[in-house]
This record gives sequence, C-alpha cells and structure tokens, in this order.
Amino acid sequence: MDAHPAVEIAGLVKRYGAKAAVDGLDLRIERGTVTAVLGPNGAGKTTTIETCEGYRRPDAGTVRVLGLDPVRQAGELRPRIGVMLQSGGVYAGARAAEMLRHTAKLHAHPLEVDALVERLGLGSCGRTTYRRLSGGQQQRLALAMAVVGRPELVFLDEPTAGLDPQARHATWDLVRDLRRDGVTVVVTTHYMDEAEQLADAVAIVDHGRVIAQGSPEQLCRGGAESSLHFAGPAGLDLGALTKVLPDGAAAVELAPGSYRVDATPLDPQLVAAVTAWCAAAGVLPEKLTVQRRGLEDVFLELTGRELRS
Amino acid sequence: MTTVDHSPRPGAAPVGRMLLAQTAFETRMLLRNGEQLLLTVVIPTVLLVLFSAVDVVAVAGPGKRVDFLAPGLLALAVLSTAFTGQAIATGFERRYGVLKRLGASPLPRWALLTAKTGCVLVTEALQVALLSAIALALGWSPHGLDTPSGALAVLLLLVLGTAAFSGLGLLMAGTLKAEATLAAANLVFVLLLLGGGVVVPLAKFPGAVRPVLEALPISALSDGLRAVLQTGAGVPWGDLGVLAGWAVLGLAAAARFFRWE
Repeated sequence: MDAHPAVEIAGLVKRYGAKAAVDGLDLRIERGTVTAVLGPNGAGKTTTIETCEGYRRPDAGTVRVLGLDPVRQAGELRPRIGVMLQSGGVYAGARAAEMLRHTAKLHAHPLEVDALVERLGLGSCGRTTYRRLSGGQQQRLALAMAVVGRPELVFLDEPTAGLDPQARHATWDLVRDLRRDGVTVVVTTHYMDEAEQLADAVAIVDHGRVIAQGSPEQLCRGGAESSLHFAGPAGLDLGALTKVLPDGAAAVELAPGSYRVDATPLDPQLVAAVTAWCAAAGVLPEKLTVQRRGLEDVFLELTGRELRS
Repeated sequence: MTTVDHSPRPGAAPVGRMLLAQTAFETRMLLRNGEQLLLTVVIPTVLLVLFSAVDVVAVAGPGKRVDFLAPGLLALAVLSTAFTGQAIATGFERRYGVLKRLGASPLPRWALLTAKTGCVLVTEALQVALLSAIALALGWSPHGLDTPSGALAVLLLLVLGTAAFSGLGLLMAGTLKAEATLAAANLVFVLLLLGGGVVVPLAKFPGAVRPVLEALPISALSDGLRAVLQTGAGVPWGDLGVLAGWAVLGLAAAARFFRWE
C-alpha cells in the first residue's frame, strides 16, 4: 500500500452561484481510521464528501484521495472507493439481492453477496423490489453496495439518518468490522452519539470550514471536563448564585429554567453549595445531574445554538 | 452471526464483463417493467393485428394491408424502445440517483451508455422478431431482403433510427424532470404514431404540413422501411440522410446538455 493519506484537502472552495458551500476547508484523514465529519445542516459536509468522490470540481484548493485527483484520475480512483449517497442510487424496480449481486459484478474481487446480505439482515427482503423496502432496508442495501467491492476507503453520507435503533446498531457494527479489517471510513453525521461511538477522529465543519478536529477525547478535553445541570423556575438570579461558588465557577441559563454550572474541580462541595443556595432561595432543583462534557456540548459551543434554516 | 472479511481487495472487473453485466441488468429491468412492455410490445402488436384485419385506416402502395403496416410498425417499435422507453427509464434513473451512484462505481460513463444502447438493441431484436412473425402469419410478403443491398438498407435504417431516437430520448431524459419526461415522451410517441407515416400514409395530410412531417425521423424511418420492404425499391438514400442528420443533432445535443444529477 502506498504512503498517501486517505484524504488530503487543502483550501477547498466550492461555490454554488454567489454562495460558498465550502470556503477554504482543510482536512487530512489517515488510513485505517474512522473519521466522522460533523456539522449542522448546510455546513458543507456533503459538498466536501462529493468533491472527494469526484462529483464536484473544486473552484479552488486541492483534493487528493488515496493520493489521486478525484476528477482527473477518476478511472483509477473509483474502483478503490465505496460510496453511499445520502439517498437513492438504486433502480426502483430492482430486487435487493439482485441489485447487490449486480454491483458486485462491477468489481474484480467482490465480497460474497449471500454472506453480506445475511450480515446486514437483508435476507428476508432479498426478493423485494427497492421501492417496496422500508427506509431502513433501503439504507442497509445502499451500505452493502458501498462495501461489496472490497474498497480501501468508504464514504458514508449520513448512513443512519432516520433509522430505528436496531438498524443504527447494525450499521455501526458494520463500520467497526470495516475498521477491524483495515478499511478507512469517512462518515458524515449530525448524531453526536454516532461520532462518539464510532470515530477515531472527528472533524467539526461549519460555514464551509473545519472549525475543530481531533479525537472525541481531545475535543471534549477543552474547557470544563464536567458540569452540573439542574432545572428550576426560569430567571433565577445567577449573579447571587455565583457569589456563593468558588472562584472561577460560572453559572448559565441554557434555556429558560435550564441551568448549567461549570467549575474545576467539580467536587461534592460544589454540589452542596449549589443545593444550599437553592434551599435558601426556596427553589427545588429538579433533574440535578453531574455530566461529563460530551461531544454535543463541544459541538453546540462551537456552532452556536440558533437553528439553521 | 456471519462474519465477513472486508480486508481491502479493490479493483474493477474487466470492462467486457462490466458491459455484459450492465446490458443484461438494464434489459432485465426493462422487460420486468409493465408500462414499458405495454409501450414496446403490446401497442405495436395490437395495432399491427387490428389494422391488418380491420379496414379502419386507409393504406397506400402495392400489396396487402399488412405489407403497408408491417414496415410502419417496425419503425414504431424502434421509436418506442430507443426514444420513449429509454427516455422514461433514464429520466427516472437520473431522478433516483441511479446514474449518480453508477458514476462512482468502476463502470465508466461510456460503458454505461454503451450498455444502454445494447439494452435497446436487444429489445428491438425481440420486437422485430415478434412483429415479423405476426406479420408473416398475417400474410406479409416483404420485398428487398433477398438482395444484399436491400437487407443492408433495412439494417442501416434500423441502426440510424435507433441512434437518432436514442439521442433525442437521452436529451429529454438528461434535461427535463422525470415526470416531465414521462409526459412528454408519451405525448411525442402518440403524435409521431399518428403523424409520422406509421399507420396513416403521409399522402393523407394537407400539402402544407407534409414537408414538415416528412422531415421527422419517424417518417424517414417508416418511409425508408416501406420503400425497401413494400415496394422493393433500392437504397432509400434520402431517408437515410434524414435519419443521419437527426442522429448527429440528437446525440451531439445529448452529449452537450445531459445532466447526470
């Protein structure tokens, strides 16, 4: 195997009309890893992935996938990658097993189709046409089509969007199998738990750029490790609360009636101080929990809380 | 639970095997589709049998009714498969991301288009065999096939007609929405069936519109086939020229304007 990284993107710009969907994005993905590309809707995830797949021509910057130019060296690259689009990609009248068998025929050393069908729980619907499959079955078929050619690198664009928990776990198990066998996986998602469960590396994308990158642990380490959350009446006097807390501790009202207290260290004394203040103020703190900072907190801190259209 | 070894072993299948697999797959999809079969098999067959047996359309030229109708319905068979069927199928493949997904597979684009052509040719061969068998049973006596130039002219007419209709069908499928393609391709099919010399002789139309109708690819195809098969005339160069012109125009426009997504 050659020494090129799986994906190397430098200064990628892609515009649709006046709007830049991707605006100076840099990203390097090492081989043999599972990388999650996280971002709000419209952040530029799909455009970035589709540029790697050779569907989009960069307006500026360079993209190399397995050391190849995805547009100019498409013929060389395509047999080596597996692609799962966000939706569709299957003949409406094709039966599930038949479609997978046909996809396998386009590759030199495909997986054994029957085993893959069984592994993904598609055995019961092998003779069902695509248009009659459930959403979860359609997603699993598209996933199977992405891996059947035994690619080195697999791009999965929101593979578990809209799936029930069983189907999500089946997908995650397959991604873990791919990593076990040395396949590089790039997955876009906006499920934080998916990224935490699967990814060796996470790239958070917003407004067409990578705004944070690292392992889930690295990303969660910045800022307070843990925080205390509680619910109560809206509009509590947090200035008064902060006065009774140790120096450096901060309290914020995340949403009306939902509070978070950050402090380092977050020790039993802090919990006692908060509850004592609540007692003095005549407030019953509900849903009182101490939480480790998760990827979702990091994500929301970086991308903001306002809804995106 | 089954374990599957995913360790990478990438590679494209040999291009010949891909072509064969894609052609077979597309043909299977087409033959399974009920609406497509209605268009490619049922309608031409019903028209051939009905109009040969019943005196509802005025035919022209020498011989029996079927001698006029059979070449026209062979032309209709080419229209139904190369244009209408291919436009509708490709339009929905584009809409459902099939073309996009195949674009990321080892199958090169030229091979996909070649496979589509292969699928059209296989289907047309089945149509020609079926319609010829029925026409012969109805007493059809085709001329011109006993000479090499006549047989070659028929083959060339069918091939150029296929090229012309494929270009126009792919142009429609690659530029319009799938629903618009579905409606437009069916409308064009009906209009060309009526106004393209398939079952109604062009001589029945007013002189003012006749030159326009005669320039249509369907008219050139049905007229050319009739010239050889009904009257035993020599190579219909004029009709071949019209078809070649449409083929160049249609394929060039399709190559220029086709959108894969």
